[in-house]
Amino acid sequence: MRLKFRRVLHMVSLLGIFSLFIAPIPSFAKHEPEAPGLELARQAVKAEKRPTTADHSQFKALQQAFTSGPEISKACISCHTKAADQVKETLHWTWLDPNSPKDNQKGKAGYSLNNFCISANGMHDHHCNECHIGWSAEGKKTQIDCLRCHGQKKINWEEVFEDYKYFMQSNDPEEKALAKEAQAEIQEAAQSVGRPTRKNCGSCHFSGGGGDGVKHGDLDPSLINPNRELDVHMGYDGQDFDCIRCHTTVAHKVAGRIYGTPASQTRHSLLEHDMEPRIMCESCHSDKPHKTGGKLNDHTDKVACQACHVPEIAKVLPVQVWWDWSRAGKKKEGKPYEVNGPLGKPAYQSTRGETKWKKNVIPKYFWFNGSIQGVTAKDMIDPSKMVKLAWPEGSKNDKNARIFPFNVHMGKQPYDTVNKTMAVPLLSGEHGYWTTFDWKDSIERGARYLDLPFSGKIDFVKTGYVFPSTHMVSPKEEALECHQCHTRHAGRLADLAGFYMPGRDRFKLIDIAGWAIVLCSLGGIVFHALGRVFTNGRKKKE
Amino acid sequence: MQSIKMVTTYLYTRYERFWHWLQMVLIFLLLITGFEIHGIYALMGFKKAVDIHNFVGITWLIAFAFFVFWVFTTGEWKQYVPTTKKLFAVIRYYGYGIFKGEPHPVPKQKGAKHNPLQRLTYLSLAAMLLPVQMITGILYWTYNLWEGWGLGFLSLQFVALIHMVGAFFVLTFVVVHVYMTTTGHTIFAHIKAMITGWEDIEEGVEIEDWEKASRRGVPEAVPAEKG
Repeated sequence: MRLKFRRVLHMVSLLGIFSLFIAPIPSFAKHEPEAPGLELARQAVKAEKRPTTADHSQFKALQQAFTSGPEISKACISCHTKAADQVKETLHWTWLDPNSPKDNQKGKAGYSLNNFCISANGMHDHHCNECHIGWSAEGKKTQIDCLRCHGQKKINWEEVFEDYKYFMQSNDPEEKALAKEAQAEIQEAAQSVGRPTRKNCGSCHFSGGGGDGVKHGDLDPSLINPNRELDVHMGYDGQDFDCIRCHTTVAHKVAGRIYGTPASQTRHSLLEHDMEPRIMCESCHSDKPHKTGGKLNDHTDKVACQACHVPEIAKVLPVQVWWDWSRAGKKKEGKPYEVNGPLGKPAYQSTRGETKWKKNVIPKYFWFNGSIQGVTAKDMIDPSKMVKLAWPEGSKNDKNARIFPFNVHMGKQPYDTVNKTMAVPLLSGEHGYWTTFDWKDSIERGARYLDLPFSGKIDFVKTGYVFPSTHMVSPKEEALECHQCHTRHAGRLADLAGFYMPGRDRFKLIDIAGWAIVLCSLGGIVFHALGRVFTNGRKKKE
Repeated sequence: MQSIKMVTTYLYTRYERFWHWLQMVLIFLLLITGFEIHGIYALMGFKKAVDIHNFVGITWLIAFAFFVFWVFTTGEWKQYVPTTKKLFAVIRYYGYGIFKGEPHPVPKQKGAKHNPLQRLTYLSLAAMLLPVQMITGILYWTYNLWEGWGLGFLSLQFVALIHMVGAFFVLTFVVVHVYMTTTGHTIFAHIKAMITGWEDIEEGVEIEDWEKASRRGVPEAVPAEKG
């Protein structure tokens, strides 16, 4: 009894010694911060929003009677003397990619095409110019509209200026009073200025492509007042970030990708370089955002944060996924018409063709080095293939490329069958396609604005367009689980070839041979065992 | 058939038994989680499987270091020295003689517990298969550090392939090994020996010179009559 007890004691102490050696692995991890990147991010949001030292309603320049928008901008510039020069350097004003070749310059004012309203025809399509930051649809010919980005009070400027001018001319005291009221409204709006909010940026970026959520999937009006579920950073019940919290701005240059130029060439955290823009997730979260000791931090060199943390887009409002221009132009009883489809969105419009919409879209995944390239109006195309008007650059072997989620929009657009180039129809205005429903005429006019040839012969070709899904970051509980990619069947990365991924990939031959060996030995055992049972039985009889 | 007198002998020391069963648990866990990671089935989820697999793998590595220490300091390594002598006799026994009730050509003895087939198998296992699994496992685990270690030329695909081949060999070994435990003089004799350390072995069988191992650190055989 005593001996046995001692033996058990020995066994237990041996186990104890062993566990001493084995235990260090988890206990090392305990001494490290829970997640290095989380700590960093918390520090980055410790301070409240930047305070302001100016009350704009006190400024004499903003207390004068304004009769037009440009007058307000002049008042702004009278104090912010460098602002106009700065703004005119930026993409927001030029609509031209400064980093692309001059003879085939990208940008809405250049030769860029998109999957929606196709081309801005060198800013001659006035409908497109509604989103230009000038005071009128005349594009760059007008004064900068400072309030587009800085105005905190949205009013109908055109109407209120018209009212003011009309009532001012009157001698009727009642109408004079109305003029005074209009001017008070103008002044109040002019004085309500501040740093851009989600509403300011969203007035264009949430409704690009001619409507709410047409384009991005991760940017739509639901982000004006989102909850934490929708976007963990912008949520009013979360960090309540404005866009510029990450799209940091220096001299009116807003951080972000410009066509082929990545938003940032580095992935430094603010601890490494405190003057870096905060545009990358790593800026605040570092490249070790997860708890140490696991495998997650080992992913950040090849997998973008967004790939797991933006598991779904168009979470509240639908996003357009298909726009077929080849179906446009049909009429009912000689008149253009519309057919409403599901999700409260049009399925057909004579002016635009067939469109499809989707909610809760699962992104597509590509290798992405931060650069997006696409066919311009000057480039030759191969009409037998889908024409990539915007497509991610990067490959598995590209050191700067990581797996990134995208919203992919497909469509059909007219092209010049002789010149083998995409066609650039003028859409709005009295000669635009939306009025004339004449492809040839509208394309000829559109091409002339860009100084491009047009043969007069068109057909339609399939086009593709991507938007990186980087907003609508879900709370961490909703991030992708490992098995959503690391799975044999229908994982999120099922189509991304060229590398070995555990759980998804295998060597079929090795697997077959391996199982064959295992099964053969099992079979052998069964035979052997049966043989023993049988012969032993015989032996007993002897 | 003349009956052979059996004598109960202390064959496996405490550490040896502990090592055996610890290794059994670790291998079992590694196989279960490993095949899940490989995408064969979904049991505990990929993340948990990876976490367990990595933790158990490292644990095994540390435990294996103790085994290597033990095997050399006790001279037990001599029991793993391979030989072809009587190898074919043993193979013949398991393939034929066992059915005829023939005696084992190389019965277990203290100081020579492994027959030539076992020597070969366990040596291949301890000196080749397991180290290969450990090395490929560590490489797999440290994938992100290859660049810094100057191992950038390696491909995960290759490492995964070797690790997978090894896994199938380990599984095959386990299957056969478990079956072979039933080939003692009773079905559970070998298993019982690995639990208690005591096994009934044939009396009076001489250990041949080539089989001899230093028995330093191993208790002298105690006669069957225990307190």
